[in-house]
Amino acid sequence: MAGIRLAVPSPVHQGEIIEIKALIQHAMESGFRRGARGEVIERNILTRFECDLNGTLVFAADLHPGVAANPLITFHLKAMEPGTLTFTWTDQHGEIWQDSAALKIT
Amino acid sequence: MKRLFALMAGALISGCFAPSAPDASSVLDANEIRSGTHFLTPETQALQADAFANPGFLWVDRGAVLFEQPISDRPPCVTCHEAGLKGVAATYPKMDPVSGQLFNLEGRINQCRVTHQKAAPLTYESDDLLALSAFVANQSLGDPIRVDITGDAAKHVRQGRDYFTTRRGQFNLSCQQCHTQHWGQKLRGDTISQGHGNGFPAYRFEWQSLGSLHRRLRDCDTGVRAQPLPYGDPTYIAVELFLAARAQGLDMESPAVRR
Amino acid sequence: MTAKPILTRRRLLELGAGTVFITASPITSYAAQSDLDQARHTLFGERPIQDGRVTLKLPPIAENGHSVPLSVGIESPMTETDYVKRVAILSPRNPLSLIAQYHFTPQSGEAYAAGRIRLAGTQTLEAIAEMSDGTLWSGRMETVVTLAACVVL
Repeated sequence: MAGIRLAVPSPVHQGEIIEIKALIQHAMESGFRRGARGEVIERNILTRFECDLNGTLVFAADLHPGVAANPLITFHLKAMEPGTLTFTWTDQHGEIWQDSAALKIT
Repeated sequence: MKRLFALMAGALISGCFAPSAPDASSVLDANEIRSGTHFLTPETQALQADAFANPGFLWVDRGAVLFEQPISDRPPCVTCHEAGLKGVAATYPKMDPVSGQLFNLEGRINQCRVTHQKAAPLTYESDDLLALSAFVANQSLGDPIRVDITGDAAKHVRQGRDYFTTRRGQFNLSCQQCHTQHWGQKLRGDTISQGHGNGFPAYRFEWQSLGSLHRRLRDCDTGVRAQPLPYGDPTYIAVELFLAARAQGLDMESPAVRR
Repeated sequence: MTAKPILTRRRLLELGAGTVFITASPITSYAAQSDLDQARHTLFGERPIQDGRVTLKLPPIAENGHSVPLSVGIESPMTETDYVKRVAILSPRNPLSLIAQYHFTPQSGEAYAAGRIRLAGTQTLEAIAEMSDGTLWSGRMETVVTLAACVVL
């Protein structure tokens, strides 16, 4: 189902450093847990998060099994130009989840 | 190592063996009622209060979408419930006058689906049922629990109380021994809560997911090494009603964040 | 376990407690400081690492290891010529030392990131930041992870 929640303050002043939050629904199954019958539950994690502003990468994260389920990522951005922020999550199999938000500058 | 754990388990049990008058100690003092939130670390309380970062809202968001989604040619929930369902979850579990059955929120949602939308009931603990029940429960956020325990509901409250006060499992513990008689005390690293259901469906770190109150009850039963009841079991719904009656006036918190 | 055929009360308690022990470990293998050293070497080679400039924040006590809030901030002017390129979060006790790596750009304004992580027990985490001039800086923080009352997987 992969719900996504984005928090981007808007509008903001030019040059202001803003806090951006991105939350996605994902089990981040570590591959170290066992099921009720003792079988190892296969690893299934998101491995990469990227945030682009108008096509230019502004922040990224490499995720590993030590990241909690339903990962929340908070980071900062200096708001110099308005445009579209694109948020992309990629899992270990290459599957992609994407959402975007407008960055408005007054 | 085994010996150490045996000692710990022994201490756990003997701690709860303290003789007590069942009537005096099986009731919470009305001005002593504390939500589970009270027993969490400040960081976890802050996460629950954060309407963006609380992961339970991933399900609430999805519930809002499902609420407006038609089911094949049948109208969506919002057609009948145009004004929303504020305060409704605070009155559940509730007797259904038509069938004479006691319904919890999940049961009521499924009954709506079957009778009015001619759809198959959603599986208990499925993402969709969790999403819808969290969406409806969240509309009662901050409303005090006010369940009706008169009339036919009274016998369900008694049935729920019986389950709550009966010792069970290999550990031979009843719910009340921990959650009424020893709340506020330490059990390993945790502080024992009063065992209220006001935050459910809740996001539990241990589950790494949202889950229903029945999932929590199943975990409690498994915790004392008793056979848990199936999801949606009428006895669990009766326990739900007893818990709500025990916590009348306590504010609703779904989606709460729990350990 | 085979010495006594009779299921005594004590034996029953031991069995029950053993179950608690097994199901209580969300992560079934543990690493050591040497794994952290290995991960650090893989990421940064033999380059010298200085203490300072990196502030790693975690709660002093976490109620379980499934979801522990973490934030990391690095002192830097964050200009086109002088900024933080990345920061790695390393664990001496998780089954995999590298928990996450955050990549910054001059557009970040501030080298700051926060998230929620898993911790397989009480430990001191290390954050190592690489600056645009290639220097490495580190900060540490200890978190006590308490044992839950009743853990059921």
